[in-house]
Amino acid sequence: MKEAELRRLLAANLLCAGSIVLTALVPALFLDGFSVLGTHLTWLCICSVCVSVLNVTLCLILKPSPSSKRSSLSNKISRFLKCCIYFFMSCILFHAIIVLYGAPLIESVTETFLFAVLLSTFTTLQCLCLLGPNIQAWIRVFSRNGAMSIWENSLQITTTCSILGGWFGAFPIPLDWDRPWQVWPISCSLGATFGYMAGLIIAPLWIHWNRKQLTYKSR
Amino acid sequence: MRLRLRSGALAAGCLLAEALGVALFLRGFFPLPVRSLPRGEARAQPPAEPAPPGPGIASNWTKIPPPLFRKVVIVLIDALRDDFVFGSKGKQFMPYTTQVIEKGTSYSFIAEAKPPTVTMPRIKALMTGSIPGFIDVVVNLNSPALMSDNLIWQAKAAGKRIIFYGDDTWVKLFPKHFVEYDGTTSFFVSDFTEVDDNVTRHLDRVLKREDWDLLILHYLGLDHIGHMTGPNSPLVGPKLREMDNVLKKIHISLLSKEGEASLPSLLVVCGDHGMSETGSHGGSSEDEVHTPLLFISSAFEKRSGPLTQLELVQQTDLASTLAVGLGLPISRNNVGNIILPVVGSKTMREQLRFLHMNGFQLSTLLQENTPAYEKDLGYEQFKIAEKSHGNWIKLYLEGNNSEILLNLGKKVLKQYLEALRTLSSSLSKQVAQYDMYSMMVGTVIVMEVLLLLFLSVPKALSSRAEFEVPLSPPLFSLLFYLMCLMLCAVHVIVCTSAESLCYFCSMSWLTAVGVMMLISALMCGILSAVGKILENSRLPLKNPGASSSSWSEVDVLILAGTIGHVLSLGASSFIEEEHQTWYFLINTLCLALCQELCRNHFLLKECDLQLGTTMKQNFDSIGEASECKNIDVQAASNSKLGKAASSAEFVKGSDKWISLASPWIILICCRLLRSLNQTGVQWAHRPDFGHWLTRGITEARFVYVFVLGIVFTGTKDLLKSQVISADSSVKSTGLWEVYSGLVLLSALLFRPHNLPVLVFCLLIQTMMTKYIWRPLKFDAAQITIMHYWFGQAFFYFQGNSNGIATVDVSAGFVGLESYVEIPAIFLTAFATYAGPLLWAIHLLCYLSSEVSRNSAAVGHGCFCYALMRSIPVAIYIVLVTGLRYHLFIWSVFSPKLLYEGMHVFITAAICLFFTAMDQNHSQKVQG
Repeated sequence: MKEAELRRLLAANLLCAGSIVLTALVPALFLDGFSVLGTHLTWLCICSVCVSVLNVTLCLILKPSPSSKRSSLSNKISRFLKCCIYFFMSCILFHAIIVLYGAPLIESVTETFLFAVLLSTFTTLQCLCLLGPNIQAWIRVFSRNGAMSIWENSLQITTTCSILGGWFGAFPIPLDWDRPWQVWPISCSLGATFGYMAGLIIAPLWIHWNRKQLTYKSR
Repeated sequence: MRLRLRSGALAAGCLLAEALGVALFLRGFFPLPVRSLPRGEARAQPPAEPAPPGPGIASNWTKIPPPLFRKVVIVLIDALRDDFVFGSKGKQFMPYTTQVIEKGTSYSFIAEAKPPTVTMPRIKALMTGSIPGFIDVVVNLNSPALMSDNLIWQAKAAGKRIIFYGDDTWVKLFPKHFVEYDGTTSFFVSDFTEVDDNVTRHLDRVLKREDWDLLILHYLGLDHIGHMTGPNSPLVGPKLREMDNVLKKIHISLLSKEGEASLPSLLVVCGDHGMSETGSHGGSSEDEVHTPLLFISSAFEKRSGPLTQLELVQQTDLASTLAVGLGLPISRNNVGNIILPVVGSKTMREQLRFLHMNGFQLSTLLQENTPAYEKDLGYEQFKIAEKSHGNWIKLYLEGNNSEILLNLGKKVLKQYLEALRTLSSSLSKQVAQYDMYSMMVGTVIVMEVLLLLFLSVPKALSSRAEFEVPLSPPLFSLLFYLMCLMLCAVHVIVCTSAESLCYFCSMSWLTAVGVMMLISALMCGILSAVGKILENSRLPLKNPGASSSSWSEVDVLILAGTIGHVLSLGASSFIEEEHQTWYFLINTLCLALCQELCRNHFLLKECDLQLGTTMKQNFDSIGEASECKNIDVQAASNSKLGKAASSAEFVKGSDKWISLASPWIILICCRLLRSLNQTGVQWAHRPDFGHWLTRGITEARFVYVFVLGIVFTGTKDLLKSQVISADSSVKSTGLWEVYSGLVLLSALLFRPHNLPVLVFCLLIQTMMTKYIWRPLKFDAAQITIMHYWFGQAFFYFQGNSNGIATVDVSAGFVGLESYVEIPAIFLTAFATYAGPLLWAIHLLCYLSSEVSRNSAAVGHGCFCYALMRSIPVAIYIVLVTGLRYHLFIWSVFSPKLLYEGMHVFITAAICLFFTAMDQNHSQKVQG
């Protein structure tokens, strides 16, 4: 059971990571002058959309969190709307935090906001897919030893990795190297993306490594 | 015999030793430039023309060549950037000067100033032709008379009459050199007009007179405009036009007199340094180092076409050129080259003579400063050029006057120029000569202190926070004596074999032996500490609990942040933008605290029962805390807090939400503060609130509001301390009084637009204490480190940076009628380090109020504070030693080193204060 689930997790994660690589390569075939650094904003949009579509699809197909009871259509719609609102709020929250970290308030709002959207895609969207709009569950998962399945474990790792990646990505900004990737927010968004991909790959391995110690309480 | 030492005392002692080490290192790193002999002593005769080879013929031209110009007027415009004259601004606002540059009889150059681009070192460079050492910046304010050989002194000795109007730095540098002078002070930075009118008002009178040879004018207005409003302000244009009119007046007056006399006159226009995009100066950006240099004289050829590429010369070149122009010997410390076009109208023989004099002086300077001067490429080139010069003179004296002579002369000229360039560059390099031995001794002390502090971490942070220092174990005393002997032997060997001058060797023997004993004592301390640790590790571990306790996120962040910051000191960009590092760290710290608070509060809800006990403890501690210190800045709401604690409403009530929101409020405060002063280099041109605040009358109103508010709080505290005077609270009252006093003092010293920094500082401290540290119950070490981080961030919030230019010297004049050295230094240091100081004192207040919870809190705090300061200093010293030939060593790393050194001295004082408080406390506990 556990092995099979782990394999599914691995497949899903590799698919996500692969899709990000594809977003960097494929659009160049259709769009003139596309490159991750040159037309960074376009890439940010494409990457966010692809990752979110893929995540939602995977969530629907694999159903990592078995819904406890069948819900009515109106219930589903309200859940969906709630999810949308949560996602939007998390974008705003990330935007605010980035500005608090020192991003310019008025100039390059688009860049900052798209970076916030990317971060939300890597973090909040996954939470929403897995846990639904349930703040209590979120707090449980992100407190220590709160994970109840390998999916939640993987969620913990990828989320932390993406945020850490974004955090580390800010380091080269003050250097005076004058490289194209030092422009705001390229280094940060690349850092977050690499962090996310690293998280996706690390998560199954880490779970496999520590499978003896991981005992999940049943709900 | 054993000495019991509290950890605070240990830390203070260590820091004192470290301060000594840093002082030694600084003295070695910034050697006072010992160049040529002082002027007047053994004045060498000017070199004769090189003797032609072969017997018989000898040149009889041994005297100094006669002056080329009858009168010289130097117009120095402070902070005149090259594009103010040669760029679009010049074309627009300086029509006369532009016309002279493009069509008149003039030569224009871009003169490159060496950093530090501050007025006094630049004046020295212009007049002596040498590059003043970096340490000159530090004594910039208190400029003593220039002792080394210089142009003004030479001119006076030659009987020239010099008149000076302008910046009174000149009057201090050259006392009694001017027959007439009127100094204006650069102290009133907001004065744009009077300061220049005071110079110009003398012009009409002086230009009519004939009783002077050298007129120097130093205009300060442009610099003031730059400091206050930046280079793009609308005020710059009219000021440039005013300068243009001054130049026109002088030039026309000089031309009108030309007919009467035989020799032409010379007008020199230059800037001492440029101006960055924000209007400040001191660094090494292109805007700051590039200044125009204009020679205008009817002796020059008329320029026909418009200006093409401008030639880049060194600022130091002016001294030798002027010396030749005035018929004076070139000053001995000069490293500049003669600017050849200026003397280009003279005959070949004279030109060669000038270059030979310049080269002779440079090679003499090289001989005096380098033992192996003969191997220097420049010296060899000069010798070759001198030989061909001799040959040329032989041909010349033989009466050969053909084309060949001219061509040969041109060849010699080229050889000379090449030699001069090489000589100059190798001499300029020598300015950065390090006294490695002193540096090493300083580094050893600092590193030993750091090691000792590291090794004593477990003991110092134990609950007792005491050491038992064995004073006379026989083994270590033997080792101690052996080490002393060995070090003294090394000292003797190094000092006797050293070729260059060494500060540590020049100290008295007793001092040197004392330092050696200190080093060996520290070494023995380290060894004994290592021995004890090994001994302990052999024993079975008694307390596995301590090691198994896992690290929280905040701990990881604190450790990573400290290490990351220290490592970032290795890159010049990170030093320039160090404020970004600290802002980044405290932001992350706030978010981590927020997460901790969330966990604390929400998990509380989930498992009320389990955490009920901790909650209870929490209340108890708060109750104790508020009891033991009746007086507090936040005393106003103490009653509310007490009520909340008693009725167990604390966590569920509104305080919980305030507590959760406080990290965010702090984050917002920090974001506002960070845009108050754009510091650093890369983003310094961004608009900041500070400018907005200084613009209108808002400024004045802000001052009143903030000062009144702070005065009100202070009085309230003092009154409270009078009303409730319980025995235990006397000390904390005193502490809070000190704290409020310091707050008031910094309010007085800060620039008006920086007062929000102070207000937010108080706000953040209050919120941190009340809503974050109390509920989360961090230990003293963690709180100390967080305080240190915030202190560092506030250092930059104030608008400081790691460059010299941002030191606000005007703070040193508050309440003083004139410059008094000691108070001015004290006030400036206080105003600069107000952020870290206020946080440190607040830490002391907080920790001593926490004494009831942890009796060793103050000792722990002191120890951690010392450790936090020692790590960056020690690592930075090693880094700087390694990077001493880095391109940015003078512009980036050296100022940072000065800042770090100063910070160590201040931290040592703080730690002494901590220890004194701690001692009091321990006495009270015993008594």
